[in-house]
Amino acid sequence: MSDSPALDIAHVSHRFGQRSALSDVSLTVGRGRFMALLGPNGAGKTTLFSVITRLYNNQDGRVSILGHPLDREPSRALARLGVVFQARTLDTDLTVAQNLHYHASLHGITRRAARERIAHLLDRVGLAERRDDKIRTLSGGQSRRIEIARSLIHAPRLLLLDEPTVGLDLESRADIVGIVRALVREEGLSVLWATHIFEELSPDDDAVVLHRGRIVARGRAGEIGEPGETLEAAFRRLVSEPRQAA
Amino acid sequence: MSRSSNPVATATDPAAGAVSHAVPHAGRLDAVGYLIALGGIVRRELLRFFNQKERFFSALVRPLVWLFIFAAGFRNTLGVSIVPPYETYVLYEVYVIPGLAVMIQLFNGMQSSLSMVYDREVGSMKVLLTSPYPRWTLLFAKLIAGVSVSIVQAYAFLAVAYFWETDIPPVGYLAALPAFLLAGMMLGAIGLFLSSLVRQLENFASVMNFVIFPMFFASSALYPLWRIRESSDTLYWICMINPFTHAVELVRFALYGKFEPLACAVVIGTTLAFFTLAVIAYDPGRGIMARRGGPAGEPT
Repeated sequence: MSDSPALDIAHVSHRFGQRSALSDVSLTVGRGRFMALLGPNGAGKTTLFSVITRLYNNQDGRVSILGHPLDREPSRALARLGVVFQARTLDTDLTVAQNLHYHASLHGITRRAARERIAHLLDRVGLAERRDDKIRTLSGGQSRRIEIARSLIHAPRLLLLDEPTVGLDLESRADIVGIVRALVREEGLSVLWATHIFEELSPDDDAVVLHRGRIVARGRAGEIGEPGETLEAAFRRLVSEPRQAA
Repeated sequence: MSRSSNPVATATDPAAGAVSHAVPHAGRLDAVGYLIALGGIVRRELLRFFNQKERFFSALVRPLVWLFIFAAGFRNTLGVSIVPPYETYVLYEVYVIPGLAVMIQLFNGMQSSLSMVYDREVGSMKVLLTSPYPRWTLLFAKLIAGVSVSIVQAYAFLAVAYFWETDIPPVGYLAALPAFLLAGMMLGAIGLFLSSLVRQLENFASVMNFVIFPMFFASSALYPLWRIRESSDTLYWICMINPFTHAVELVRFALYGKFEPLACAVVIGTTLAFFTLAVIAYDPGRGIMARRGGPAGEPT
């Protein structure tokens, strides 16, 4: 179990009625790796995240988090998973600390232990002084940083982020990317980062391209596509071609 | 209650000054951990409630308007004869107080349901459901949180009504607490189930029209059942099968230090039935979650 990957998805398919949202998706996020999940809107990224977070039961295939199968050991699997959803999910009427304490309690962390951890994580995301401010007074980028702090409260080993920088200005985007990359580099956190913003990737990152529910390319971000082709150009070509499995 | 357990472990590594991930999970996954989660969910609901002062006052004003205006106006028209649990003739105002207190819980149950729909739309339901505890225990915690708010509201109403002619013995206020708990659980469970059916916040007005008003008016909250039977046998039986009637009677008897077994059985049975339906509806593999595409109802 100690050498099992952070996330192992094997042959996962999911349908909404007659419409196929995911078709035979397999991917592995290694421990301490940053994997980008690239795909246009409607590619199935959010559905895949919903399957990994057990908001949907996968209809075919299997998902394991740190060696814990999601269907047989959901509590152990979810305990090791931190999530930043695409939609803002903080309670805007409550303060930063109240939101974080609520999340800590959802993972069975006592208020005393949570206080220490919250102080530490707010420091980490550079918002220690906003602890007692209501969420509605924060900017979009600051809210996102709070959501990252929240996702780390229970010390997960795998972090999922669903397009976390959408709608943010350049500076806020760089902050978010910097915080998450530091977590990977310094603490060995494993990350699955859904995006369609190519500037957020570095050539050494693992990447998969999802299109119409299927993976159409995979590899190091710098190596996807034809020789001499940029990642963005390769992506545009892949998602404009008729669907094919990688 | 839980599928596994972990020892409590600190997640911070002060020496390194960084967040340590050497521990598998910072919290506990056992029953104690679940109680911490339950406490956190209740606390959030109470914080939200006290932050919305207008919600508190509107919850209080509604029954007080009924009591001060409607009941006072009808006190001479609607005399109430001696029916259990009352041991003497009571004024109409005295009769309607239990019904109005449970009406608060009815509105609150639906309000909680509304907040579940809102939580689904803004995504905080996703955060709740990714907690590692079994899903039914999270829904149960949501239910308890809503009931806690409704009990605060019901007792605030009783405190104001105390200065009106309430006629409730002091011990009745204590004896009514478990009755309010059960009544609140039943109405909350119905609300929880309804929240799984209502896809968007905008559709919630129909819940008001088709659930709250029929449940309230076709019950023993405003008029004793023997009076209803005098005018219509059919309406009487509609009131009898309405679980809200039994919630009102359970509280009415408890306020006078008495126990009504039929009402108690109906309230517990209805709670179990609707809670089970809600758990099925929120199950990721069955119910609406699978059919409609998850808590937020999003298709992709």
